[in-house]
Parts: sequence; C-alpha cells; structure tokens
Amino acid sequence: MSSILFFVAAAGVISGAVGVVVLRNPFYSVLALVGHLLSLAVLFLLLRAEFVAAVQVVIYAGAVMVLYVFVVAYVGDQSEPIGERLRGPGPVGSHLRLAGAVLAGALLVELLIALLGTGLQAIDSQGAGYSPGPQAFGTPAYIGKLLLTRFLLVFEVASFLLLIAAVGGVVLARRRKGLEEEDEGDLLTPMGLLRPPGTGTMAEGVGTQVTSSRRDAGTRYGS
Amino acid sequence: MSIAWYLAVSAIVFALGAIGVMTRRNPLVVLLCLELMLNGANLALIAFSRMWGNGDGQILAVVVLTVAACEVCIGLGMIVALYRRRLPIDVDELRELQG
Repeated sequence: MSSILFFVAAAGVISGAVGVVVLRNPFYSVLALVGHLLSLAVLFLLLRAEFVAAVQVVIYAGAVMVLYVFVVAYVGDQSEPIGERLRGPGPVGSHLRLAGAVLAGALLVELLIALLGTGLQAIDSQGAGYSPGPQAFGTPAYIGKLLLTRFLLVFEVASFLLLIAAVGGVVLARRRKGLEEEDEGDLLTPMGLLRPPGTGTMAEGVGTQVTSSRRDAGTRYGS
Repeated sequence: MSIAWYLAVSAIVFALGAIGVMTRRNPLVVLLCLELMLNGANLALIAFSRMWGNGDGQILAVVVLTVAACEVCIGLGMIVALYRRRLPIDVDELRELQG
C-alpha cells in the first residue's frame, strides 16, 4: 500500500517539477508548483514528518503560492519575455542553454552517485523504528519540544530573519516618488546638528555628488 | 519503501530545478525553480531524518522553509520594483542592479 502511494506521489512530484521548468506561461508554472508541493507533502507524510507536511501545505501551497499568483497577475501575462520576442533565440543563447542543461544532467549523475553510492548501510532500510503515540517522531508535540529546547536559538534567528525580510520587501516594493519628494526638504538629523552646513567636511563634499546623481537617476527612471 | 528511493526523487527534483534556473529567462520562473531546488534538499533532509529516527533533520527542513519564504518575499519585491520602473522582466537584459 505504502509503495503504491509512494510511486503515485513521486510521479506527481517529478511531473510537477517538469511542468514548472517546461511550461511557457508563468501562471501555469505556478499551478504546476502547487501540484508538486501537494505531492511532496504526501511524500513527507510517508516519511512520518506530519508537522512538516502540514506546514508545507498550509504555508507553501497556500500562502506563498497566493503571493506568486498575485505578482504574476500584477506583472502581466508575459509568456514570452520582451527581449526574446525582439531578438529571437540567438545562436549564442541556445548554445548556452544547451550547456546549462548538460551541466544540470552532470549534476544529477553526481548527486545520484553521492547519495546512493555511499557506504551507508541504513540507506536500504525502511528507516529507524517507529512507535505511534501522541509524542511520537514527527508530531507537532515532538517538533515543538525540539524547537523550544534544543533549537531555541535557531527558532529566534529564523523569526528575526522573517522580520528583516518583511521590512526589506516593503522597502523594495514601495512607491519611490513620495519619498523622493520628502528628501527635498531639510530633515533634522543628529549628524546635521553635529556638523552644520559649510564646515567643509569630507562627507559634505562627497554627499553633494551622491545626492545629485541619485536625483538624476530618479528623473531618468521615474514613472 | 527504502530510503534510497526518496533520495533518488530528491536528486531528480534538484537537477530539474537547476535546469530551470540555468535555462529560463523570466525571473519569476527562475524563483519558482529555486523553490524546486530547495524542495529537493528538503526531501533529502527529511529522508535522512527518518533514516536515523532523529528530529534534527525535520527542524532544519522547517528552517529551510522559513528561508525560502524570505527569499520569495525579497525576490517578488524586486520583480515588482523592476516592473514599476518599466525595466524589462528578463534576466538576460538585466545586466546591472544599480538604479
């Protein structure tokens, strides 16, 4: 029973991955990735990783993929990138692509040798023993206990990383126009109090150049 | 099923993601293929975790999920910023990140 389930899920995983790489429309690629993630969650369940499978379905296939769908809908349905349509697939590009595919094939062979050709004897076994129960291997209680005792530092660092990424995403995707205008006015800064204008510091000489070039860039790309 | 089958699937998924990263030109699809590579690594981590009956691999898989979410956040923010500046959404055209 479990081997049938494994082969069905593995076929879903691999066909989803092929769909992501091959399909021309990014929207269909996202949908293929959702199918890939759901099949991968089945594989995780077969490996007794119940908590990770639930996280995979809820966060990845739910939240992150919705974000992708929104961005694909925002950027527009560009099945062919603009440059590709103008220039056509040039000879250099197609050669480089072929080289990339060959390199990835070599990577696959190397990975298979490294993973399956090792001297690990447990690799041919079903895995360690497993006894079901409320605190068994892979349950939320087990993972939560590990996260809050042995891996507390990792847990905190991951939460801090999420905070930084959220702030970075807001800074990257904000509208720049409003902030550029705000920069025009004289803002009261601590360094400005320490160094009144006209004192002839090195930062002053460099700073004027930086702001002028930044303004040029803003007018060039401003929309 | 023996653990080796899961490892083979993870290697295939990783290689497919690598093909996508190297051949596709739309940065959205490149990000999707990066997700594929991370998922291949996750499957290997969880398979090894099952092999030893130890939870450390699963914790590392959860951390990899977190890092992937951060990467998606930053990458999609960059793509939206590119689109706002009317720059081409094509990794071959984007030679410089200064702006």
